[in-house]
Amino acid sequence: MNALQTIARLESPDDFYEALIEAHGGLTDAQSEMLNARLILLLANHIGDMQVLREALAAAREGLDDPAAP
Amino acid sequence: MNHRLATLPYRKAPELDRRPAPRYRAVVVGAGPVGLCMAIDLACHGIECVLIDEDDRTSEGSRAICFAKRTLEILDRLGTGQRTVDKGVVWNLGKVFLRDRLLYQFDLLPESGHKRPAFINLQQYHLEQFLVERLAGTPVDVRWRSRVTGVTVHEGGVSVTVGTPDGVYALECDWLLACDGARSPIRTTLGLEAKSQVFRDRFLIADVKMQASFPTERWFWFDPPFHPGQSVLLHRQADDLWRIDFQLGWDADPEKERQPQRVLPRIRAMLGEDTPFSLEWVSVYTFRCQRMDRFRHGRVFFLGDAAHQVSPFGARGANSGIQDADNLAWKLALVMQGKAPESLLDTYERERMAAADENVLNSTRSTDFITPKSRTSRLFRDAALQLAGRHAFARGLVNSGRLSLPHTYRDSPLSTPDRDSFAGRMRPGAPCADAPLRAGDAQAWLLDQLGGAFGGMYYAGAQAPDPGLLARLQGLSRLPLPVRPLLLCATGCAGPWRALGASVFEDVEGLYAGRYDAAPGTLYLVRPDQHVAARWRHLELRAVREALARATGQQLEAQTA
Ligand SMILES: Cc1cc2nc3c(=O)[nH]c(=O)nc-3n(C[C@H](O)[C@H](O)[C@H](O)COP(=O)(O)OP(=O)(O)OC[C@H]3O[C@@H](n4cnc5c(N)ncnc54)[C@H](O)[C@@H]3O)c2cc1C
Repeated sequence: MNALQTIARLESPDDFYEALIEAHGGLTDAQSEMLNARLILLLANHIGDMQVLREALAAAREGLDDPAAP
Repeated sequence: MNHRLATLPYRKAPELDRRPAPRYRAVVVGAGPVGLCMAIDLACHGIECVLIDEDDRTSEGSRAICFAKRTLEILDRLGTGQRTVDKGVVWNLGKVFLRDRLLYQFDLLPESGHKRPAFINLQQYHLEQFLVERLAGTPVDVRWRSRVTGVTVHEGGVSVTVGTPDGVYALECDWLLACDGARSPIRTTLGLEAKSQVFRDRFLIADVKMQASFPTERWFWFDPPFHPGQSVLLHRQADDLWRIDFQLGWDADPEKERQPQRVLPRIRAMLGEDTPFSLEWVSVYTFRCQRMDRFRHGRVFFLGDAAHQVSPFGARGANSGIQDADNLAWKLALVMQGKAPESLLDTYERERMAAADENVLNSTRSTDFITPKSRTSRLFRDAALQLAGRHAFARGLVNSGRLSLPHTYRDSPLSTPDRDSFAGRMRPGAPCADAPLRAGDAQAWLLDQLGGAFGGMYYAGAQAPDPGLLARLQGLSRLPLPVRPLLLCATGCAGPWRALGASVFEDVEGLYAGRYDAAPGTLYLVRPDQHVAARWRHLELRAVREALARATGQQLEAQTA
């Protein structure tokens, strides 16, 4: 079974990060939210593995239910 | 302009004349689609029953319109399938619009080689009317304008109080079938509840008569220019009647929205000023889903909306309720005839509750897509819609109602787990798929041949006929509970079997062999509701006898004893 990969996989993290921020350039907050939502759907379909997606959802949620956690 | 059907004949109940009142074996309360099917199905199985309804008309106004293939197949068994399909409208194409543009369309792509289409659209009152007329050919004792006001369950029976225009009387029966709809007065009388979830939204449902040039397709709009911010559904029914659903939002005032001066402009905005139409019926609904914790309470069974209710997105209410009746009728008949233990009846709840949960899940997901519950949920909904225009994958996320398919009773205690290996969908618990057959020059359909008894489908392929095998196959009909043998062979191979005096059907298009993963020698044992009970690669009477015992609940008895 596939597991969510959380070890570093991007060859150039800085390139990706910059591209992500740039993709939002000139957008209003509402448009940015839409971009993010579309991006999540596109990537989820690309991953195409429910097990991995569930793990990613859980990892993204981690700590958010506990206001004291960072 | 309301569509009103002929009043059904009320007769004074014999109990009111103080004749010694007979004790009835089964009483069905509610002559909606589910109660009607239940009463007719019992009659088909040789059980007489009383059918009671407080009204004397079929259901009015805007209710169910989409009836699925499985429902039509059950109606075939009950005798109203052909009339229902002839009157109904067949559709295959669905279109989804976002604002003013077509996002994508989908074709139901009906698989060929089934007697019945994937879906028809038909007003619920027509479906009910055909069933009411079908009652005339049965011994069902029908009592219109009779309201059940009290139910007491006691040791060995149920007492029912019935109010009629001529007074109140009491009825005694062995079994009570509560098909009395979503508000189920019987449920309330017995102090039972159905936990419900209300969807915080309102829908204006209008039935509109028009000779429109719209094609026979299902059109669903998100945020159309003529009804901004909400969704709209357009569907065709019989007699030039069209169903339009306008989503209104939770804040809409249902009383006001029902008024013609509010409704007419909405419809004109949609159809254009020049399209002449007339309003047949208008209602404002808030949808909910609910399910009882138990569908059986001793000698009382709950079926249809009384047991479980769903929002109409996905057309699951009447379709699943009719399958409830399909599931319970043969079991109850066998128990009443002393051919199966009472514990068989518990499997009704077990099998149909799983089906209800599947329906609640599906219709709740559709409702959540159509009426997002939060800002984020709406954001993802809109994102999916926007992507769907350009990317095929996102169309799978768009949910304006998933089509209703019959439930496979996966873990049913009535199924015999496979011992031999099989591929395909016809696993134990699955509803049998249809297939075209031929007997001599006559076309036939598999499901029509199965009918409503236990069936043993043997596939001989191109094998040479074997008198020994034929004798064993015919032995199926002499088992403690008769199993009707059905002999199938490959195209062109029937002659030699006929020469032996066998009745045989040819698998003309090879679809039986494909759908059932059948090789020469494969045998399927099929339940009276046309679900698979067991299957083997060889015919072995002992195995069939065991599977039959299991399918009629004998094994359950053995476990609990
Ligand atoms: C807008 C809308 C659209 C829908 N679309 C679809 C669809 O496309 N496909 C689908 O499958 N389903 C659809 N449904 C759901 C469908 O209408 C119901 O699921 C179906 O009617 C349930 O049938 P029933 O026999 O269980 O109950 P009902 O049809 O409600 O019948 C109950 C009967 O019991 C009688 N009764 C009640 N109390 C008593 C009493 N005390 N004594 C005697 N008689 C009593 C009533 O008179 C009534 O005849 C839709 C529903 C709505 C509202």
